[in-house]
Amino acid sequence: MEHGASPNLLDEAMGLLAGQVVLLEDSVEISASFVLHHLLKRSLSPQSSNVVVFLAFNHPFSHYDRILRKLGCNLVAQRDNNRFFFFDMLMLECPDGDREKTSGGGLIALYGKIQKVISALPQERKNSVIIMIDDVSLMEVAAKGSTNLVIDFLHYCDTLTSELGCSLVVLNHEDIYSSTERPSLILQMEYLAAVVIKAGPLATGLAADVHGQLTVLNRGIYDCQGSRYKSSNFHFKVRENSVEYFYPGSRT
Amino acid sequence: MASSKSRTSSFSRNFSAASSPQTPGLKLGPNGSSFISSGIPDLDKILGGGFSLGSLVMVMEDADAPHHMLLLRNFMSQGLVHNQPLLYASPSKDPRGFMGTLPSPGSSKDEKSSKRESDQEKGLRIAWQYKKYDENQHNFDSHRDGRQEFSNDFDLRKPLDRQFLSGKQIDCVSTQDSSNLVALHNRCATFLSQFPRSNSTVPIVGRLAVQSLCSPQCGYSSMEWDMLSFVRSLKGMVRSSNAVAVVTFPSTLLSPSISKRWQHMADTLLSVKAIPDEDKELATLLTGYQDMVGLLNVHKVARINTQVPAILEATTYSIKLQRRRFLVLECLNQAPIDGTSGSSYGTSGGCSSSSKAGNLDF
Repeated sequence: MEHGASPNLLDEAMGLLAGQVVLLEDSVEISASFVLHHLLKRSLSPQSSNVVVFLAFNHPFSHYDRILRKLGCNLVAQRDNNRFFFFDMLMLECPDGDREKTSGGGLIALYGKIQKVISALPQERKNSVIIMIDDVSLMEVAAKGSTNLVIDFLHYCDTLTSELGCSLVVLNHEDIYSSTERPSLILQMEYLAAVVIKAGPLATGLAADVHGQLTVLNRGIYDCQGSRYKSSNFHFKVRENSVEYFYPGSRT
Repeated sequence: MASSKSRTSSFSRNFSAASSPQTPGLKLGPNGSSFISSGIPDLDKILGGGFSLGSLVMVMEDADAPHHMLLLRNFMSQGLVHNQPLLYASPSKDPRGFMGTLPSPGSSKDEKSSKRESDQEKGLRIAWQYKKYDENQHNFDSHRDGRQEFSNDFDLRKPLDRQFLSGKQIDCVSTQDSSNLVALHNRCATFLSQFPRSNSTVPIVGRLAVQSLCSPQCGYSSMEWDMLSFVRSLKGMVRSSNAVAVVTFPSTLLSPSISKRWQHMADTLLSVKAIPDEDKELATLLTGYQDMVGLLNVHKVARINTQVPAILEATTYSIKLQRRRFLVLECLNQAPIDGTSGSSYGTSGGCSSSSKAGNLDF
């Protein structure tokens, strides 16, 4: 977090990003990508020593570059300085079935590339890598529906969090799984995650001043009574240059 | 390091974008995006300019009514009027035949402007409104050449001129009986390769229209993940081209989970719904019910190069045919509550002649 700037509600609810799995959930109505952009900016700030490995299944580099520029972060410069590694996965196609294991294509190869990038880093940076995935539902499509391949991939990335202290930030759409009989992927991800951030619409519908609400469940922190994990809920309004977070009704 | 690489400062301007207004079918938008018209002026306004170049527009069909065809027809006609190449895929045996049903640009303002002309001749000119009389002349002239406008009003009763249909710019594909999506994918890839994103001054823009992608007439309709893979691939290809793809699909034929996956892939997501004829309840709830053909819902608006969501005034609009020819979209308006239908204010009139002998009879 920036020295001197007062932390906003989201940063307070999340705590520091260190060796954890963070799950971002959203739906068709409200996108949580602004949270991803915020975490990306925070991780690449001059005060932090993080390195970000970004797996983009959703948008090309130019999209993130323009957005982060408005937030005050220059992705091109960070890429040149080896702090930001962008993997364009828009056209990734995993080979079918059994060939996956032998041909080395698809997700296993991807994991290999990530490992290579991390091992090439200087020693002091190896422990502060953040892997971001936008988004997992498209990874499933790339894997032609083999949810197991995707779960395996996420588990591999999870081992990096325990071995090297890397963090994993993953975006997925929970409304895809809410109607399935066995929503195994989202449940496994919710289980793995130390912090679950869910963006949803307001119960009262559309509004120009409040774009939606965020619910943050943080398993790393106990709430005041110490009986369960801390859960925070607050509203947000997304702008080009920043995002405002505020408790319901407290916006001046 | 700085001298050999291109400028990376956040203040660099992209001058190439400024010269594209040479093409009437293209309009510059915020955040380095451009718009093309959907063919429905009201829809362009609702979406904040039109369809974003590089975006995938998806329309959820209603099994009860073919309103998605109205959107497709106007989209395709607009492209042909602006000389934008078109690829059209449909599950019919002969997609080419559909071209004969495309509407021609007409002007819903023709009557109004000619009326104003006759008023003017009556010699009554309001002193401080001279500008109005000047503008009328301009309007009348520009309507003659519909091609120069970004967005046309299409007359659904008048078919498109032969001259627009005879060029080599139209490619049709039938998806009926296709056992897989490989052929369609290759046709789309070849088509989209004609419109690469580059910094050239005059971009050529292409339009891709796919009708009823998961329709049961298509041989691949049970291959859920292949269809998703196709949509994802199409989205990626469109994103890196100067093109817009409109894909309609009967969402009720997909499982809820797969349908949500399709919806998430769209950059802009619309849905159309039929309005039952002569529904008395709806007639009392909404004004102008008799003229309504259907409802259009805007679920998502493309957010390319920005994280700010589009907050619309309304998400549901009624589809009406103005003078049975022109497609208009209107906000829903609640009808005034009808006071005479209640029994408390009986038609029998004043206190003295009330036929009901109530307890509180004054």
